[in-house]
Amino acid sequence: MKRLLPLTVTIVLFLAMAAFGAIRYDGFLSLQVFLNLLIDNAFLCVVAVGMTFVILSGGIDLSVGALIALTTIISATLLEAGWHPYAVMVTVLALGAAFGAVQGFLIQRFNLAPFLVTLAGMFWARGCCYLISTESIPIGDATYAAIAQARIPVGGGASLTIGGLIALVVVAIAMRIAHSTEFGRTVYAIGGGESSARLMGLSVDSTKIGVYLLSGLCAALGGIVMTFYMLSGYSLHAVGLELDAIAAVVIGGTLLAGGVGYVAGTLFGVLILGIIQTLISFDGSLSSWWTRIVVGALLLLFCLLQRLFEGRSPRAS
Amino acid sequence: MKPSVKRFTQHPLFWPTITLALLLIVSSVFNPSFLALTWREGHLYGSVIDILNRAAPLMVVALGMTLVIAVRGLDISVGAVVAISATVAALMIGGSFSATGEVQSAHPLWLALATALAVAAACGLWNGLLVVKAGMQPIVATLILMVAGRGIAQLLTGGQIITVYYAPFFVLGNGYFLGLPVALWIAASLWIALHLLLSRTALGLFVRSIGGNPEAARVAGVRSSAITLCVYTFCGLAAGVAGLIVSSNVKSADANNAGQLLELDAILAVTLGGTALTGGRFTLAGTVIGALIIQTLTSMIYSLGVPPEVNLVVKSALVFTVMMLQSAEFRQLVARIARPNPSLQGNRR
Amino acid sequence: MNSPAVVLQARDISRAFPGVQALSGAQLTLRAGEVHALMGQNGAGKSTLIKILTGVYAPDAGVIELLGQPITPESPIHAQELGISAVHQESHLLPNLSVAENICAGRYPRRPWTRGGGIDWRETERRAAELLANLGIKLDVTQLAGPLPAALQQLATVARAVSTDARVLILDEPTSSLDADEVQALFGLIRRLRDKGVAILFVTHFLDQVYEVCDRMTILRNGRFVGEYACARLDAHGLVAAMVGREIATAERPPAAETPAGSASAPAVLSARNLSRRGQLKPMDLELRAGEVLGLAGLLGSGRGELARLLFALDDRDSGDIAIDGQPAEIDDPADALRLGLGFCPEDRKHSGIVADLSVRENIALALQARMGLTKFLTLAEQRQIATKLVDALGIKTASIETPIGQLSGGNQQKAIIARWLATHPRVLILDEPTRGIDVAAKQELMSGILDLARGGTAVLFISAEIDEVVRVSDRILVMRDRAKAGELPRGATEDEVYSVIAASHQP
Repeated sequence: MKRLLPLTVTIVLFLAMAAFGAIRYDGFLSLQVFLNLLIDNAFLCVVAVGMTFVILSGGIDLSVGALIALTTIISATLLEAGWHPYAVMVTVLALGAAFGAVQGFLIQRFNLAPFLVTLAGMFWARGCCYLISTESIPIGDATYAAIAQARIPVGGGASLTIGGLIALVVVAIAMRIAHSTEFGRTVYAIGGGESSARLMGLSVDSTKIGVYLLSGLCAALGGIVMTFYMLSGYSLHAVGLELDAIAAVVIGGTLLAGGVGYVAGTLFGVLILGIIQTLISFDGSLSSWWTRIVVGALLLLFCLLQRLFEGRSPRAS
Repeated sequence: MKPSVKRFTQHPLFWPTITLALLLIVSSVFNPSFLALTWREGHLYGSVIDILNRAAPLMVVALGMTLVIAVRGLDISVGAVVAISATVAALMIGGSFSATGEVQSAHPLWLALATALAVAAACGLWNGLLVVKAGMQPIVATLILMVAGRGIAQLLTGGQIITVYYAPFFVLGNGYFLGLPVALWIAASLWIALHLLLSRTALGLFVRSIGGNPEAARVAGVRSSAITLCVYTFCGLAAGVAGLIVSSNVKSADANNAGQLLELDAILAVTLGGTALTGGRFTLAGTVIGALIIQTLTSMIYSLGVPPEVNLVVKSALVFTVMMLQSAEFRQLVARIARPNPSLQGNRR
Repeated sequence: MNSPAVVLQARDISRAFPGVQALSGAQLTLRAGEVHALMGQNGAGKSTLIKILTGVYAPDAGVIELLGQPITPESPIHAQELGISAVHQESHLLPNLSVAENICAGRYPRRPWTRGGGIDWRETERRAAELLANLGIKLDVTQLAGPLPAALQQLATVARAVSTDARVLILDEPTSSLDADEVQALFGLIRRLRDKGVAILFVTHFLDQVYEVCDRMTILRNGRFVGEYACARLDAHGLVAAMVGREIATAERPPAAETPAGSASAPAVLSARNLSRRGQLKPMDLELRAGEVLGLAGLLGSGRGELARLLFALDDRDSGDIAIDGQPAEIDDPADALRLGLGFCPEDRKHSGIVADLSVRENIALALQARMGLTKFLTLAEQRQIATKLVDALGIKTASIETPIGQLSGGNQQKAIIARWLATHPRVLILDEPTRGIDVAAKQELMSGILDLARGGTAVLFISAEIDEVVRVSDRILVMRDRAKAGELPRGATEDEVYSVIAASHQP
């Protein structure tokens, strides 16, 4: 089916890279290596899922990286103050959702450019991080430490972290939302043509606010996953992560113009970003800066492919 | 309000100038010697000079960004281009100690500078081609270079910070000419050159018509594609100039940090100065004032002893304010609240 | 035979907007199982009436009754709930979703919670397929809507509109971008809907289509109700007469008038062969001679504007060769056309004409400067001189030539755009509705200005909805109808003759 073409390209690319790695490097083709792709990029995966919905609706969210950092710093600060770990998690999730909802409201109500609003949001969140603390705050809470160290055996001696599990669960829930709920279908409809969607009587306004709320929520959840991974709150966490998230979404086959794409694609986009990093570190001789260049080149390739794809089936204005 | 006063306040540069003036006044209230100028070591010295010097790279980049925004485009890769330009120049100059203890440059200085600028202009042209020929949205097209560009710069430097020892290079960022910083002279010359180019040739008219109504410009026979390509190329070139100033100033090229967040500051400077993101009318002078506002703000925060982290929060408030003021829906809302007269409504029922 | 039951009745509908009375005392009666045409020229009030029926506007006066009950639709969604569905020209499907999803969007069937909840896609497809089958539309509902040809998208849009058990279906210019076969497919669907008892309101300016598929028609003119007629009882002549408000005598062609010396023998400056664009213009030829005014006459939607845009390369043509002075010319974009000495004054000055923030002077100088290029710059003094001269010559009312053109009145903006092209001293000037929105005195000046231009050697293509203007000033008149050339008349032809050509039955 033609509409699965971009997703197929992504999956094929991933498999090709995996095959390349397996042939070239010993020990590449191990389950743990692949699970590590997910483990090391779990927070990126969660954020990219939220970003997928925003981009599907034709918007963009530049604030997610800063929001992750803010989440880690607030978590670390609250834990230091003696809050109960689960209360902390619930609080930061609520804050993330609220932050996203405010951005969404401004974008929808005043017809502001998502780029600008989330840019301001990014400045604001990053600034708040610095205000709270410029130094790294370690997290010593026992629950967090336990979660960070927990390993879920998957078989064959390989294991997954809680963070990785959360990422998989988020992807599964998001796939369900995108495919089977009215909210998800309305997101696609807005991306296909906002005015047409309105004429059809779909609840465009509340859905637009909803995608940014969802993105904020995912960013906060990604921040929680990062606290498990790093066991610290630091205002310089996740600098530039929004670009990685956007890259993962685009490489995953979602059109930046909106309306076309799959959450599953984003998962593979994240895995591809991870595998590039892994291939480079396995090689040992290439500097890690090649990651940026390869990601950029892939972005270019996918964007050009998208232009061709768009050229054949034009979107409604 | 008297008509002459009203005309004054409606001038597009009014609000940016007032903002800058306010910032300067507040700064000198907290720091009495803020506006003081002395002559030291053969040049002017003072906080104001410092601001002008530090603002120069931002001014240069923002001037290039102004034209791109004026044709309804955007370039978020300028930070990466700054890093690339700084890297190319630093690599070509290098600098090794010769037998006499004097530092020589690996290539003639003019060649190093020219190459760096050529590479930067090529980056701009690349962006322009993606936008005009491949039809990509500007933010997407320039995102690619933003992501990959820094990687390329890092690759060239091998991840190291390249230190430049060749003294003549330092003039760009640290030198003084006729008492004022060379960097400022560069920015001012660029501003004047651009102004002349825009007002003495048809370029200004074409840019404003393409941004004001692209369809009407097309009907009128304006060659929009060619002009848009030139505008993006110039933006890259401007970023290249800024890269030279920055690396000269710190006497090194740091591919990771050079130009970090510069694109956001540049966009902010342009919008603060009064150019709308929707394109069309633009103001170079406004952009310069916008860059000065940003730099003055940074200096003020620093000199007040306020943690520099506040800078970002303040910048976000600025972006937010400018956005809301430029939003038609917001102005409508304010108008409705200020003048609740039902007979003025009713475009629908 | 009993007339069918009245489904919708609108009585004495009036609506005013600032400065214009769009409708006054309009009547409309829609009956079940009947296709009813709403006819009228530009500004007759058709779209206002439709917007009132669909709840976009509220009427100032009058009553709407659905099945005998008075209703007040408050929004298109509300109107749909009441049973009035509309398919507008801009009703696009969502191209990235399947046909089934487009049809059921917002009304998805759900799986019960016990079986997992969520949207039941199989049921969605089944419902959509059933709906389309009932309407006789052959379409695979699992296909994406985007790649479908416009006609099938249109059919699917209509299917969605009636899927809410609509009693009244309003089709607003549904055939604008369809070719002949596609129109037939749509008509097939309309007839099937009619047979099911839906009351259909069909708005179009294609006269042939009215007679092909409609049973009755209501004619509006200048916001007023002219009359309701059975299609069988009012022929095309009568219809056109009612729409434009004058009797058209079936006058005989007067003996061929002497063509003014020089005009016929002058070489063709611009000639186009086989010019066409799918959905916009059927293949046609055109010739323009130096010093001649060629008038383009026709009713709304006849393709005049489309022809002009294709000549100036504003739209890409599907076929056609253009020659200048007998030499084949490469005209791929307006800059090429400008360079070859063409000029184009567009119909929609707000969208394609003025750059609102620029001054009058800059707007006037723009095309000339564009032709001169980047480096050969018109100095400020030169621009002022050109602008001032033209402002005086055309009587443009502006405080100064530095005023932003957006502040001028519509008519003065129009004059400024004409001034822009006059400044380039074109060899061929295409004027698309140049007199729209200009007061009577200025119109006269403009018309004599056009004649002066022609005398000076410029070839002028003059398009106007005011047929009396076209007739008065043209050396030849090209009559268009339904996106094709309907005929040609020489200088001295009367308005009635033009209308005759328009109303004449379609050539096989």
